[in-house]
Amino acid sequence: MTVPGSWYLVLSALLFSLGALGFFTRKNILIMFMSLELMLNAVNLTFVTFSRMLGDIGGQTLVFFVLVVAAAEVVVGLGIIVAIFRRRSSATADDLSIFRG
Amino acid sequence: MIDLLAAQATLPDLITFLIAACAVILGALGVILMKNPVHSALSMIMTLFAVAVLFIEQDAQFLAAVQVIVYAGAIVVLFLFVIMLLGVDKQENLSRDQLRGQRPLAFLAVLVIFVEILALSQGNWTSGAKATVLSTSSPGSNVVQLAQSIFTTYLLPFEATSVLLIIAVVGAVVLVRRSDLKPGRDTAEAIELESESETK
Repeated sequence: MTVPGSWYLVLSALLFSLGALGFFTRKNILIMFMSLELMLNAVNLTFVTFSRMLGDIGGQTLVFFVLVVAAAEVVVGLGIIVAIFRRRSSATADDLSIFRG
Repeated sequence: MIDLLAAQATLPDLITFLIAACAVILGALGVILMKNPVHSALSMIMTLFAVAVLFIEQDAQFLAAVQVIVYAGAIVVLFLFVIMLLGVDKQENLSRDQLRGQRPLAFLAVLVIFVEILALSQGNWTSGAKATVLSTSSPGSNVVQLAQSIFTTYLLPFEATSVLLIIAVVGAVVLVRRSDLKPGRDTAEAIELESESETK
């Protein structure tokens, strides 16, 4: 008998909250991006836990797709960050106000 | 805590879970608290590895391997590459908020999210019937079950992800390409031009 699933769910809720906190409080775009990855990982952990609790392999399949999408997202996101750094050599989200109305 | 005693988890499982959980939380704290982005990336590796351990603990061996290879192996290396290529390992100025009261509000919002998740569950973490088709108890290893699921039920999404990956690769190349490289110039000329512009 393994550890009950509710523990894993509480842990992933905590991990998600920490990721959200990092995303809201940090200003470095790269670290905000890493916090995003933490939140994705928390969701993955939730999926795997539900997959075990319900005996359904579909949860793990979904994690597989989340991994692929996360990889694609990181590639495009870092590409955008590199492009921004080319134009202005700053690392903080506060300086990016070109979309301001 | 009553849950804890009633669970009767075996001691090795319990110890593994507790160590991995501590590593997950410590790594996540490291990501959001470290001043240097390189340290943040290394803390993220710790979290990703611990999540992989938790995957193995829940009989998701394939995903644990993929987690280590794709996340810890590829994505974090990509992050480190960008950090070191751009030289952004400078420290950010956290003393001043652009939006007034942003940080206390962030703490409050996150606390609300966390409490809400816990309150919504109310002890009923799952509902509904257990799976009978494509279940984790069907014959074969974890990899076989996952493959059966992906290549039968989820075949179309699987094909769609290949398109997504191609789009991502093309998009990354287009984004990072220097605009002064006109089509028709050959590569040697382009590299020469680039090195010239860098020395200027």
